[in-house]
Amino acid sequence: MKKFFSILLTIFVPLSFTNVSKAAGHMEAEVIHWWTSGGEQAAISEFAKAWEEMGNTWIDTAITGGDNARGTTVNRIIGGNPPTAAQFNVSKQFVDLVEQGLLQSLEEVASAEGWRDFIYPPELIETCEFEGEFYCVPVNIHSWQWMWINNDVYKQVGLPVPQTFEEFLAGAPKIQEAGIIPLALGGQGWQESGMFDVVASSIMGFPLMQSIYRDKDLDAFRDGRFESVLNTYRELNQFTDEGSPGRLWNDTTAMVIEGKAAMQVMGDWARGEFAVAGQEAMVDYSCVIPGKEKYVALGGDVFVFPKNDDPKVKDAQLAMASMMVNPTVQAKFNNAKGSLPMRLDVDTSAADACMQMGLDLIQNPDAIMRESDDWNTPAFTAAWGDIISEFRNDPNYTVAQVMDDLEGVLTSGL
Amino acid sequence: MPFYRNIAAKIALLPMIVISLTVFVGCIIYSFVYSLTNSKLVPVMNYVGFDQYERLFKQRKWDVAVENIFIYGFVFTIGCLIIGFLLAVLIDQKIRGESLFRTIFLYPYAMSFVVTGLVWKWVLNPTFGLENSMHMWGMTWFELDWLVNRDLAIYAVCIAAVWQGAGFVMVLMLAGLRGIDEDIWKSLSIEGVAKWKSYIFVILPMLRPMVVTAIVLIAAGVVKVYDLILALTSGGPGYATTTPAMYVMENFFSRANLGQAFAASIIMFISVVCILAPWAFYEFYLRNKYANN
Amino acid sequence: MSTIPKGPRPKHLTVGRIGLYCFIIMCALFFLMPLYVMIITSLKDMDEIRAANILNLPKELSFYAWPKAWSQACTGFVCEGLKPGFVNSVKITVPSVIVSVALSALNGYALAFWRFRGAYFFFGLCMFGAFIPYQVMVYPLLKIEDFLGIYSSLPGIILVHTIFGMPILTLIFRNFYASLPIDLFKAARIDGGNFIKIFFYVIIPMSTPITIVAVILQVTGIWNDFLLGLVFAGRDNQPMTVQLNNIVQVDYGVAEYNVDMSATILTSLVPLFVYFISGRWFVRGIAAGAIKG
Repeated sequence: MKKFFSILLTIFVPLSFTNVSKAAGHMEAEVIHWWTSGGEQAAISEFAKAWEEMGNTWIDTAITGGDNARGTTVNRIIGGNPPTAAQFNVSKQFVDLVEQGLLQSLEEVASAEGWRDFIYPPELIETCEFEGEFYCVPVNIHSWQWMWINNDVYKQVGLPVPQTFEEFLAGAPKIQEAGIIPLALGGQGWQESGMFDVVASSIMGFPLMQSIYRDKDLDAFRDGRFESVLNTYRELNQFTDEGSPGRLWNDTTAMVIEGKAAMQVMGDWARGEFAVAGQEAMVDYSCVIPGKEKYVALGGDVFVFPKNDDPKVKDAQLAMASMMVNPTVQAKFNNAKGSLPMRLDVDTSAADACMQMGLDLIQNPDAIMRESDDWNTPAFTAAWGDIISEFRNDPNYTVAQVMDDLEGVLTSGL
Repeated sequence: MPFYRNIAAKIALLPMIVISLTVFVGCIIYSFVYSLTNSKLVPVMNYVGFDQYERLFKQRKWDVAVENIFIYGFVFTIGCLIIGFLLAVLIDQKIRGESLFRTIFLYPYAMSFVVTGLVWKWVLNPTFGLENSMHMWGMTWFELDWLVNRDLAIYAVCIAAVWQGAGFVMVLMLAGLRGIDEDIWKSLSIEGVAKWKSYIFVILPMLRPMVVTAIVLIAAGVVKVYDLILALTSGGPGYATTTPAMYVMENFFSRANLGQAFAASIIMFISVVCILAPWAFYEFYLRNKYANN
Repeated sequence: MSTIPKGPRPKHLTVGRIGLYCFIIMCALFFLMPLYVMIITSLKDMDEIRAANILNLPKELSFYAWPKAWSQACTGFVCEGLKPGFVNSVKITVPSVIVSVALSALNGYALAFWRFRGAYFFFGLCMFGAFIPYQVMVYPLLKIEDFLGIYSSLPGIILVHTIFGMPILTLIFRNFYASLPIDLFKAARIDGGNFIKIFFYVIIPMSTPITIVAVILQVTGIWNDFLLGLVFAGRDNQPMTVQLNNIVQVDYGVAEYNVDMSATILTSLVPLFVYFISGRWFVRGIAAGAIKG
């Protein structure tokens, strides 16, 4: 028996020592994020560079897929091994963490640097502020509210570039006749429900969106307009191709770039793909905010800083938070990312026509649109998205059934 | 019996006992307790009764998941048994290169589910995969769109799984066939029973212990299926190939809906107990106990 | 028990036997096809993959995918390929296999020869653990490991593999030991052997076939694990399967199918090697009654 245990000991002891971290004089920070694409990596490395220029070490933990990355962050916090900083979306994704007291308050830096004065739009402050204290750093603004259109395709069939989904649908059969896929859509849940919200808001307008998604107003939900959104969405889906299931968003964007497809509904990160392909905004492709009323959807990313017993970690966290909102770093980061900065005093002279459109629009507070996940839990958004995705994929799932199931989610208290 | 008798054996079994109690039993109690709460991102004791279960059974997605696990479980188990038995019988015909064939049929079993999923995803790729090959060979009628077809995608999962697992069943069956007494074959051939008939009606019943072992080992894997589907279809198209295991993992780790995940996992657990436990109890416990006493 | 085929004796090459060979070769081709596709895809360049038939041999061999998959492929920011995953998988697999096999052999031995009241109750409980879906235990286990302070560390993942490997391994060791002649054990007792002495001097020397089966099952099982590695290993110890999935399922960029396939093959090399080298013993071990009903 002794022999047995001594074998065990010889196995375990050396192993357990390999896990002791090498403590160093400077600050060390591990950051979990899901920015793995080319443009995204360029953006996060702006943060990393700035951090290392301050004489610190950046430990990068990139995890493919937002869901996976957030899941890892939460597990690590629950499991007692939190990262220094972690990415979340502008949303309610991390509210539980704040309420359970698991996140570091950033109020010290926030009030010292006057974050409340320069963070724009103020809705971003709402996202991060809990009981008068800052718990997250917004780093950018991304809007879903875009149609990306190949201009050549429309020239070829002799149609003007559509400005609304109705116009798009009117022209779609003609494009199909020309042997081109009218609508490029990647069949992943987030792409399907993302496009749905764009269709919904452009048809119903923001006030109605708000009464349904935020206030859970069933009368508004049942007044017929939401059903017409579902019908339009179903109609749009007749114009997608068979290769859609599981296709990645950027492969889907490539179809528009190559002229295999006419249009994709996608967030403004798609712009990076056009830029990499050497295409010029409004010349080779158009970016259109669909609908009569134009909105910028207020999406984007934030970083949170899980509490840690080690006071050195707290110092690193506050230093990093302050670095992320620094206007110089913001300019570099957002130029690489193709997103809008979270403050107005940032140099955006490199912006292209599409980004400029977003920059102009966001100055108007009435054009700022909140998204469902600003008001709802991830569980709600996921349950809702499941239904939308299934609605898209299952032709036997009727609008009436979908309405009932969505009402079920609205009233579920999720 | 005094406590100190067999004390060494008791100490030796202590890790097993502790693990059984804390992990196997403890985890189920923990999961059940928290399935009665509305925990979201982190576990909180916020009692809501059986709301999570009620919500679970209302989910269309859960229905799809349950249906899928039945299809998968049935096709995978039956497929492995039939193909495994068939291959064992083929190999048992005194063929040349027996060990080569055995290796060929067994090697997929060495592959992980992630690898299996990724390979079949590539082979069944609608643009570059087998369908394309057939078209290039002039068979333009050939259609193999299983991965993107919501009704067939779950069968693509089954094919990949059977490819992976059939070889193991073959080895078990072959071991059984090799244990059959020569005299039985002699008497069967004297009576002039057709060979295929002897295999099905005489030999197969004699392999019952092997079949039972195979079924138990396969079935224990069925409920756990997660990585294969993750690699092959990610649960898609839509959520057409989702399974209870995926539903649970999704709610645990990406949807921050712990209460729901606990409820779903408890239902998974109860189903497994209902289906497997009485039978496994008989096979492994009672039978062995009486056999040895 | 011998492993010589005992089926009906073959006559000379008849139509039936030609048919048999044709059929078994077709089966073999089906089983080999994914491996073949993997290998040739890994040796093509991307242009050829896009243009040509998935089943065609490469026109020009291109090897660049292999070193890329091994040491350069990116997961996010880090472009180290599969190599770190390989190292981690070795660090996880070796101790996990040793600990779980040793523990299970001891359990099997104690259960087979040193039965005491309640032992079978706990054995039943442990067996029950074999059928509990991982998903039910993953989250609570994470809390337990947090409590022990070993979550997302090497000892943490080793413990998890030991726990989940224990039920089936204990079962096969117990069954094997139960099939040994009890007189042997009684003689050893009369000679004054105690629990430990008998285990080391009598039982272990006789355990070779079953240990080989157990080691093969564990090496491949742990090497191929995805879910537990993903949840419990932590950032610094991610096993190869997790690394593979991260490389292949990138959210961005042109998928390099040749790199993906090289990575897939590299990930399966260790278990494939184990099977090719020791498959024969595995089959023998099973034939010798390592696994039975």
